[in-house]
Amino acid sequence: MSDTTTTAPSAGRTSPNAAYAARAQRFASRKRVDQLATGLALLAMAFGLFWLFWILIQTVVLGIAGLSFATLTEMTPGPNEEGGLANAIYGSCLMVGLATFVGTPIGIMAGIYLAEFDRTGWLANVTRFVNDILLSAPSIVIGLFVYAIAVNPVHTFSAFAGVLALALIVIPVVIRTTENMLQLVPPGLREAAYALGSPKWKVIISITLKSARAGVITGVLLAVARIAGETAPLLFTALSNQFWTSSLGQPMASLPVTIFKFAMSPYENWQKLAWAGVFLITLAVLALNIAARVLTRTKN
Amino acid sequence: MAQSLSLKRPRSGPWADQLFGHLAKGSAFLTLGLLVAILGSLTISAWPAIEKYGLSFLANTAWDPVKEEFGGLVMIYGTIATSVIALVIAVPVSFGIAMFLTELSPAWLKRPLGTAIELLAAIPSIVYGMWGLLVFGPVLATYVQQPLQGLLTGVPFLGALVSGAPVGIGILSAGIILAIMIIPFISSVMRDVFEVTPALLKESAYGLGATTWEVVSKVVLPYTKAGVVGGIMLGLGRAIGETMAVTFVIGNFNQLDSLSLFQAANSITSALANEFAEAGQGLHQAALMYLGLVLFFITFVILSLSKLLLAQLRKGEGAKT
Repeated sequence: MSDTTTTAPSAGRTSPNAAYAARAQRFASRKRVDQLATGLALLAMAFGLFWLFWILIQTVVLGIAGLSFATLTEMTPGPNEEGGLANAIYGSCLMVGLATFVGTPIGIMAGIYLAEFDRTGWLANVTRFVNDILLSAPSIVIGLFVYAIAVNPVHTFSAFAGVLALALIVIPVVIRTTENMLQLVPPGLREAAYALGSPKWKVIISITLKSARAGVITGVLLAVARIAGETAPLLFTALSNQFWTSSLGQPMASLPVTIFKFAMSPYENWQKLAWAGVFLITLAVLALNIAARVLTRTKN
Repeated sequence: MAQSLSLKRPRSGPWADQLFGHLAKGSAFLTLGLLVAILGSLTISAWPAIEKYGLSFLANTAWDPVKEEFGGLVMIYGTIATSVIALVIAVPVSFGIAMFLTELSPAWLKRPLGTAIELLAAIPSIVYGMWGLLVFGPVLATYVQQPLQGLLTGVPFLGALVSGAPVGIGILSAGIILAIMIIPFISSVMRDVFEVTPALLKESAYGLGATTWEVVSKVVLPYTKAGVVGGIMLGLGRAIGETMAVTFVIGNFNQLDSLSLFQAANSITSALANEFAEAGQGLHQAALMYLGLVLFFITFVILSLSKLLLAQLRKGEGAKT
């Protein structure tokens, strides 16, 4: 920039103006391109937020309209009958709870292995790679897999198979966050514990895992949020059910599958209930997500 | 070890450590085994169909459970068409969002706006599906499809793309909804990789008088190319595997007789979601399993590519700094 001011006068009396004009023009056109690009970026941001608000507002408005006390206390109705979603809510809570209970310890242990036992070995690298693939793999494929191993051999759909499918989705999420969080723990903490003579398992459980607690819980919350809304893996494992069942050996209703069935139907009362269900699920999932964020933020 | 043996009072034997180590290693192996088990069990279940049709399954458009004739081309076409539409919309938008969040946004807005976009990924896909079918579909039909049809009917090629009943369900609506669903994934990867660009490089460019756009397009983008492509691949993998949202809005129609984007169609995932629970044992189920295997294979390849590209960026980052 300083170059132009020193060389321009020496170039003569007529050319500097022309050079200056050309420069100004180029600058103006660069500036226009920049303004266009930043304007478009702003627009892209607005585009993203627009969908979020549209979806959330519709869900809240239509969801609250469909919600009543009976929604929480009565069983799923037949077409054009009164009823609620009690058995579906119960089924969802039960299956999500059991799947978290089964999947979390396995995920945490594998995460510990990756972060504490074998950071760079081939097994760790391959596991990390496979885990990232499983994290984004289509959940319907998990459903097919569980159908092949847990439904087909016994010839009956069961809540048990649904729990298994959901647990398989929990594991990769928990592995990923556990590993990341454990790697953030400063090595000095571990070394101090080793210096005091603690065995490795004790160092991990009462020092490393403990100081990464908030992060690990975040991972579990995110996993719960993820499976609470999962429909595809339940379609041909837990199937659905009109009644209250607590037996894990039988088909069991869940909120997402019930919503799927009701929303695709032409019956008005079913669609209304489906909106109520969508509202409940969205509320739960967003609350879990926000809780997870708050938890990590206060920790950092 | 020798030291601990010489101590009189070991508080917990070496077995506790070993047990813990084996448990951890076992869990890691379990994850690996899961992948192998998925591939194995799908292949076994799909075997009758694989044996009967071989690879010609992928090029056959017939899907007739009654006559027991199966081919996957209609579903594969549906999956590819919807994913391509999703990428065409989502890539530029995600790029804009990432650029906004890294270069333009005031610092205090970065976190809330970033969180809001990420919440799009948290909304369950069934919510997208129901909203797409009952709210978005009719709006799309009235305000986009009908005007487009009025405008383009009679135009060669473009006219064919918009033929058919403008009812708001079909390939186009599925593609748009997929785009909304993958925007958070692509934009968050792009934002993360944009942020690894060394501040020194960006500041040098700004210092030379470059505009924001020039810094992003000529400094940040070349530096993070691999990561950006990795992010797009991740989004593509998600779009291909997405089930419920697509099942709601694609229309579930097993025929491939026009190029129209308004036409109801079927994708691999929606065929599985709709037909599998009712499919009888035998060839129908095997054919669906075959489709599942194809789906898993495609996503596996795409996600692996994505992972390798992102890893490459990380390696380059280490070498340059």
